Amino acid sequence: MISVKNIIKKYGSKEVLKNLSVDFPDGKTTVILGPSGSGKSTLLRSLDLLVRPESGTLSFGDLKLDYAQPVSKKLSFDVRKKTSMVFQNWNLFPNLTVLQNITTAPETVLGKSKEETEAKAKKLLSQVGLAEYADRYPSQLSGGQQQRISICRALAMDPEYILLDEPTSALDPELENQVLLILEDLSKMGQAMIIVTHNMEFARSVADKIVFVEDGDILFDGTPDQFFNHSTTRIKDFLSGITFNDDAK
Amino acid sequence: MWHIIITSLPAMLTAMIQYTIPLAVVSFIFGLILAVLTALIKFIEPSENKLIKYPWLVLRAIANFYVWLFRSTPLLVQLFIIFFGLPSAGIQLSPFIAAVIGFSLNTGAYASETIRSALLSVPQDQWDAAFTLNFTTRQTLTKIVLPQAVRIALPPLSNSFIGLVKDTSLASSITILEMFQVSQQITAKNFEPLLMYSLAAFLYAVICSLLTLLQHYLERRTSKYVKGSEA
Repeated sequence: MISVKNIIKKYGSKEVLKNLSVDFPDGKTTVILGPSGSGKSTLLRSLDLLVRPESGTLSFGDLKLDYAQPVSKKLSFDVRKKTSMVFQNWNLFPNLTVLQNITTAPETVLGKSKEETEAKAKKLLSQVGLAEYADRYPSQLSGGQQQRISICRALAMDPEYILLDEPTSALDPELENQVLLILEDLSKMGQAMIIVTHNMEFARSVADKIVFVEDGDILFDGTPDQFFNHSTTRIKDFLSGITFNDDAK
Repeated sequence: MWHIIITSLPAMLTAMIQYTIPLAVVSFIFGLILAVLTALIKFIEPSENKLIKYPWLVLRAIANFYVWLFRSTPLLVQLFIIFFGLPSAGIQLSPFIAAVIGFSLNTGAYASETIRSALLSVPQDQWDAAFTLNFTTRQTLTKIVLPQAVRIALPPLSNSFIGLVKDTSLASSITILEMFQVSQQITAKNFEPLLMYSLAAFLYAVICSLLTLLQHYLERRTSKYVKGSEA
């Protein structure tokens, strides 16, 4: 399990995470919802140390990390080894072929053999239906295809958790579906995932747990059923998309 | 006219092969090494470890001073200081060595900014993706960022190289018998300045045109992953 406790993150004087605590269970899919600018991505990126909160703790299995203290290279390596990130704009490496995008990290970082990483990469590519694209470059592929490849890149590192930061926000609905189907499969296979998304239908179908973040704090933490059917007024407003509020500022 | 050209061409070509091209190539190689080092010193943020951080900041101050110095003073003045000035301080250099030092330092200062801007143009997203995969800074640079930066830096670096080829004519002023100097000497004998200087100009243009072709070749080589290029 990943748990973060009392994390505070400021950008200048603006507090984007306000003493926030939450757990992400093993082998489950946790979906983080919330309006834009609520701190969802910052929370997700804190888990992979791309963002360093000013204070708070992270506990990840037997790894313990205090955000207020300097983090050793070893600890940062161990945390990142257990996680892989999938980005909104996939961030594939444009100078590498599709296959190299998937194999370079296991080869360079984990010291695996070329044969082993290539065999695994090809297997992953065929699972996402892109086996014949191994030798292409990312720029020759559609956004949906690139995002599927970035999921392969994440899986190739054998992470305990995959962190997905709005993985389909930059895709049109058709391409979005290709990606969501893969994530749904992964979820069914028991791959632990933490997904930031705006797609409510997807959240409802895939989530084991929903975390609703607003204004740097957690407004809801529970099951999809509770969230979608028995929730507070604020969340109902959010879900019905009529969140006009005169008192917002 | 053809007679003059044919009789003076061997001397000009000899000067080109003996001085102009070696000066440009050797200085550009040294300049490029210097530029990459300078750019990296300015680009990479040192770790918090004080044993690394403070020496690094000193290096960075030196790099900033170096780039400022060589971009703020004329190349000809730099060559004069190195060749005619330094002997007064007890440092005697051969003309060729003095020219290589001057051209390398000058090229390095300009090219370092080219390389730094190329490094900066690789999006932060690429670093983030590499870091989440547990690449170190060095691995990210060598496998991901530098290959992308090279492509971006190629056209402006080619500018620098082409500029350097032409600037080697300034070496004539520190007694090097490069191509332009030879054309001056021949002119002094045959009183054909228009013809001789045009011939020199033509030969510079030939070298630079070949370099332009080389640039296009390298651009194709390094751009094969970019949309719209022939893979």
